[in-house]
Amino acid sequence: MAQSVSEYALEVDRLRVYYGTPAGDVKAVDDVSFRIKQGERFALVGESGSGKSTLAMAIMRLTRPPGRIDGGHIYLNGTDLVGMSDAEIRSIRLREMALVPQGAMNSLNPVMRVEDQIIDGIVDHSGNGVASLSRRDMRTRVSELLQRVGLDPSVARLHPHELSGGMKQRVAMAIGISLNPKVIVADEPTSALDVVVQRQIMQTLGRLQEGLDAAILLVGHDMGLVAQFADTIGVMYAGKLVEVGAVRDVFKNPQHPYTKLLIESLPSFNLTQGFVAIPGMQPALLRLPSGCSFNPRCPSVHDRCVREEPAFLPVGEDREVACHLFTEEAA
Amino acid sequence: MANVMESDEVMTDVGEDELFRMELEHVTREFGGGAFSTKPPIVAVDDVSLTIDESDPKITTIAGESGSGKTTLARLLMGTIRPSSGTMYYRGKDFTKLSRSESWSFRQEVQSIYQDPFGSYNPFYKVDHVLEAPIHHFKLASSRADRRRMIEDALAMVGLQPGDTLGRFPHQLSGGQRQRIMVARAMLIRPKLILADEPVSMVDASLRATILDSIRRLNREVGISVVYITHDLTTALQISDNILVMYRGSVVEAGAVERVILEPKHPYTQLLIESIPQPDPENKWGDEPPSPRFEDFGSMMGCKFADRCPHVMDMCGEAQPPRYQVEAHRQAQCYLYRDEAAPMAAADLASIFQARRAELNV
Repeated sequence: MAQSVSEYALEVDRLRVYYGTPAGDVKAVDDVSFRIKQGERFALVGESGSGKSTLAMAIMRLTRPPGRIDGGHIYLNGTDLVGMSDAEIRSIRLREMALVPQGAMNSLNPVMRVEDQIIDGIVDHSGNGVASLSRRDMRTRVSELLQRVGLDPSVARLHPHELSGGMKQRVAMAIGISLNPKVIVADEPTSALDVVVQRQIMQTLGRLQEGLDAAILLVGHDMGLVAQFADTIGVMYAGKLVEVGAVRDVFKNPQHPYTKLLIESLPSFNLTQGFVAIPGMQPALLRLPSGCSFNPRCPSVHDRCVREEPAFLPVGEDREVACHLFTEEAA
Repeated sequence: MANVMESDEVMTDVGEDELFRMELEHVTREFGGGAFSTKPPIVAVDDVSLTIDESDPKITTIAGESGSGKTTLARLLMGTIRPSSGTMYYRGKDFTKLSRSESWSFRQEVQSIYQDPFGSYNPFYKVDHVLEAPIHHFKLASSRADRRRMIEDALAMVGLQPGDTLGRFPHQLSGGQRQRIMVARAMLIRPKLILADEPVSMVDASLRATILDSIRRLNREVGISVVYITHDLTTALQISDNILVMYRGSVVEAGAVERVILEPKHPYTQLLIESIPQPDPENKWGDEPPSPRFEDFGSMMGCKFADRCPHVMDMCGEAQPPRYQVEAHRQAQCYLYRDEAAPMAAADLASIFQARRAELNV
């Protein structure tokens, strides 16, 4: 069994991330399991509030109170991150796994030059070996990193306010790849950027990931971006994964009714098709409906959906779905 | 026409023309580059001529990336900034020479809807305030009952129930409701032109349709011209009749929206449309496009897209290309079409606009 664990760069097993509130626990991530192979591009999609960013932060072990990891495991190349001390996690972040944050404009220090911010990350996370590099070697490393993310080395001497949004996101990527991580978590890396810049950033990210042969977890809500970038898609709804499968297959033949509606509601240049909206609203996580959380909005709802929560089970080849349409009635 | 008569009763002096008309004539707006500046000015809007005419109210999209000048063009139309060169006319009169009462009627006739549906509200006032204030300010109602009726009609137009919205504070409403109240407010004032600057970019996708639909109804049913400013070409195609595509201050392509978006002619428009991530895993992006090489494009002599253009020729760096009229309802500012098309006869971009589209798909 030990072998099968390390086959995956990242394995999330029955993870639960809850936020404690006076009204009870908000189950932002509830019993979520998925696996990402080395070199694979996995995209996690969902509406705002579906728990996808909470999940990404939990994988980086960046959950802050009132949030907490309530149970489950996160295996990074076979090692469980849940239960690790903060010091142990620090030695893994950036070296083994890196975060490309949402809104790079707010994640850089406005009063530090780009090169100092990159060096800061390297020194802080590389342990003793690299920290002893001379200032000059460090600078060479920074130039090299900037070139890899498609920036001119002269950017090293600039402050964040002198950069455009796309350039800042590239700097954030340079920091992310500075210690050659094997897992990259990218949380809506292009959410505030124009379409051409967004495409450039995603293509650069793809190139870097291929160069490192890293696994990537892309978190977002833009199905177009997922179709362009990812190999595998995981769809989240109200804190749960409802469908996982290969991007091509899921787009061609979605199984879960929510995934179906999500794909049908995509805007397109098709002139005969107007806006299709998913009926109803996402439920509040404190007051989830009984049974399947999607049942009030589901066009295929039947009485079992209200009674019983569907399990997340394999359907056909390489597909997992949590829906009663695909489960046998228990005897 | 009934609307025109109604609002004319309220106003006294309405300029020289009977119908509302805004004209931009070779308007250029620059920022920076003052006497003490070492840098050349940034040309945010470069030589744009455009007429918006009440006799044929349309929905016109101004599209472009951030920094393309689309919001500057909208602010010019709104009268909050003045052109660096060129002339603006309101109802046939030079905009800089408006009388007090003409400026007053201009401020009533041109209304805007902004991106952030929260930023337009004072959180300490109930939402009724944003609806009552303009009625009071422009003296639109004769009695309290009249005012109440106007507000309820406006809310109904955008699909809101007065009982669900009035008497509440902004934080008690959803983003979609707040934005629809802004649309209701804009319409309450009975404007002739609404400038909608990214009205749905901060609203959930499922609510976009209702907001865009209420904007469309203002155009189709009330006859208000709409300028829709966006970077989202999908919604532009769905609600507008014509589009201007801006790049670094220039209108690089303009005309019938479905022609421009479905078969772009200018290499920049082509790049823009090709970069929209299509939700189709079988149809992926091509190679990574080049980034701009010149930050300081103010000093560029020729076409502003030349440094990134895959079809660049020697002449592109020498002088800005003319606006070639590549089709009856389309122009493209690109030398690629110099052999097959003649430059536009009139400078006014509205001269090549198509009529209102019959079928819209909101």
